[in-house]
Amino acid sequence: MATVTLIEAVTMALAHEMARDERVIVLGEDVGVNGGVFRATAGLQQRFGTDRVQDTPLAEAMIAGVSVGMAAQGMRPVAEIQFEGFIFPAVDQIVNHAARLRTRTRGRLHCPMVLRVPYGGGIHAPEHHSDSPEAMFAHMPGIRVVIPSSPARAYGLLLAAMRDPDPVIFFEPKRIYRLQKQEVPDTGEALPLDVCYTLREGDDVTVVTWGAMTYETLKAADQMAGEGVHCEVIDVATLSPLDAETIIESVEKTGRLVIVHEAPQSFGAGAEIAAVVAERALYSLRTPIRRVAGYDTIMPLFRLETEYMPGVTRVIEGIRATLED
Amino acid sequence: METIADFEIRYSQFLDPQGQPTDTLPAFAEDPEVLRAMYASMLLARVFDTKAINLQRTGKLGTYASCLGHEASHVGIGAAMRPEDCLAPSYREYGAMLWRGVQMHEILLYWGGDERGSDFAGPRHDFPFCVPIATQCLHAAGAAMAYQLRGEPRCAVSINGDGGTSEGAFYEALNVAGAKKLPVVFMVINNKWAISVPLELQTASRTLAQKSVAAGIPGIQVDGNDVIAVRHWVERALERGRRGEGPTLIETLTYRLSDHTTADDASRYRAREEVEAARKLEPLLRLRRYMEAREWWDEAREEACRSEAIEAVDRAVERYINTPRPPVTAMFDHLFAELPPGLAAQRELAVRRATGGSR
Repeated sequence: MATVTLIEAVTMALAHEMARDERVIVLGEDVGVNGGVFRATAGLQQRFGTDRVQDTPLAEAMIAGVSVGMAAQGMRPVAEIQFEGFIFPAVDQIVNHAARLRTRTRGRLHCPMVLRVPYGGGIHAPEHHSDSPEAMFAHMPGIRVVIPSSPARAYGLLLAAMRDPDPVIFFEPKRIYRLQKQEVPDTGEALPLDVCYTLREGDDVTVVTWGAMTYETLKAADQMAGEGVHCEVIDVATLSPLDAETIIESVEKTGRLVIVHEAPQSFGAGAEIAAVVAERALYSLRTPIRRVAGYDTIMPLFRLETEYMPGVTRVIEGIRATLED
Repeated sequence: METIADFEIRYSQFLDPQGQPTDTLPAFAEDPEVLRAMYASMLLARVFDTKAINLQRTGKLGTYASCLGHEASHVGIGAAMRPEDCLAPSYREYGAMLWRGVQMHEILLYWGGDERGSDFAGPRHDFPFCVPIATQCLHAAGAAMAYQLRGEPRCAVSINGDGGTSEGAFYEALNVAGAKKLPVVFMVINNKWAISVPLELQTASRTLAQKSVAAGIPGIQVDGNDVIAVRHWVERALERGRRGEGPTLIETLTYRLSDHTTADDASRYRAREEVEAARKLEPLLRLRRYMEAREWWDEAREEACRSEAIEAVDRAVERYINTPRPPVTAMFDHLFAELPPGLAAQRELAVRRATGGSR
């Protein structure tokens, strides 16, 4: 059984699906000979050839648009956008085409494509390499926004994304690419999309998070357990469409909700989760909902990035404050 | 210093505005049936266009983009393509779409605010109308990449206008198609106006065909009012694509004789004299004159052809008008392959509201 990091799990899922389904085409900047700047596609071109693993010109709108075209004509493109900061030229293709091709043609054409996007801060990267824009895409109907937070979920969710008949933006938390190793058997078994994963059960407070912040949240939950506080930690995994049921059931049990995300607080995905809980489970809440999130500022260059990103301390502060409310 | 790169752009025309041959005609133009079919298709597009504008003016259609003056460019593309090729149009290329089998009532449904208009009965693989300018060039490149990967002898064809050549997506598509030698043809229908912006404000480039040069692909300018020239050069470009020789850019010179859409009033920004001068170059008359000179066409055929077109358009209009509004559930049922559970409640609410059970 393979013991792999999150990024190795990504590579494993790509290789598995490419071997299983010849419609799967990997494309993007530096994904071929170089194996990707993070090495997510390492070895794939050697194994599957230059047709199946294509280095493209440097143009993100093109990468997304060509993927739409290929997907509409029966292929299964899995494109890499090198860093989240460079996805913006591709938004036109994602929002105006990938997301709505099925609706626009009443199902005559559809768009089974995956855009893999390393995102988030914490790796001392240059400017425009550390943002968390997932809420922008979650707001757009017609696309799935999926974010893994462990090697096993990276493997299983990416397989599911590649098999899904509709477009998926697969945000990969780059800070935890190599943080943890896990035994992940290469069975080809996908994990379900559109559901939250409850990573830790507890009765005192529900803590909802995703991506790299899952690590901080689990650490915080460990520490709180030492103080006798039992957190229920939920990894949203598929941000959109949101599995509200799992979150609401948990809040009905704990009566408290803390939402943790790295992205700026205002208009973030946390706001949507808070709204859904307020609409459907307000009377289960014993204390106000609290968000632990990035500031509403531009993500700073890396000398200040740890000040920007909520760490374990801020998550614990948030949980304590909620318990004390 | 030495010149390390230079280029030339060639222009092609077979019939002048008087219908006189200006070059040796391609073989297909020696077949009267072929020319009659292309003429009939251009006439149908024009009759359809006139009717659609009337429908909009009388409140029976939404905003509509006219194809008046572009008929040769559009029909020439359609006639050159094979059924298995793939068209990625923008939004006024009815001549090309009708030739390929899209139904007139479908086009009316689209402009009448109904997505079923893009659920073509055929060709099922063609892309739908594309309003975000030039974005479809990338879909054609992607489609071409799919055919190339599967080893299928098929091509994709995108169509955009002169304004579209200013878009990044246009350049990105040309560039990737050149780099990967994709079987795709990029059609630029240069009708001189992007709504109110004339060509000279769009670019300092002397031709739009030369936009191909930077991408390293062949480009040619043809008389876009000469359906024989358009068909001939698109056929040649498609043959190149099928032989694995890569993409081609074709600029067709024509003129938008209508307003941009029914929501536009072109008299605000362009002179009547310019439009009147352009009208003398329009595409139907020259082919008719040529066919009449060869005794392949006459007044009786013209009348029969027109009546047939009017009847076909009337039938399409009737079918469009009699198509009931789609059910409210249509908004939800084609969003994803399967409706996510979270959306089921919204769908139910929409149904309740639509059936008067709102709360």
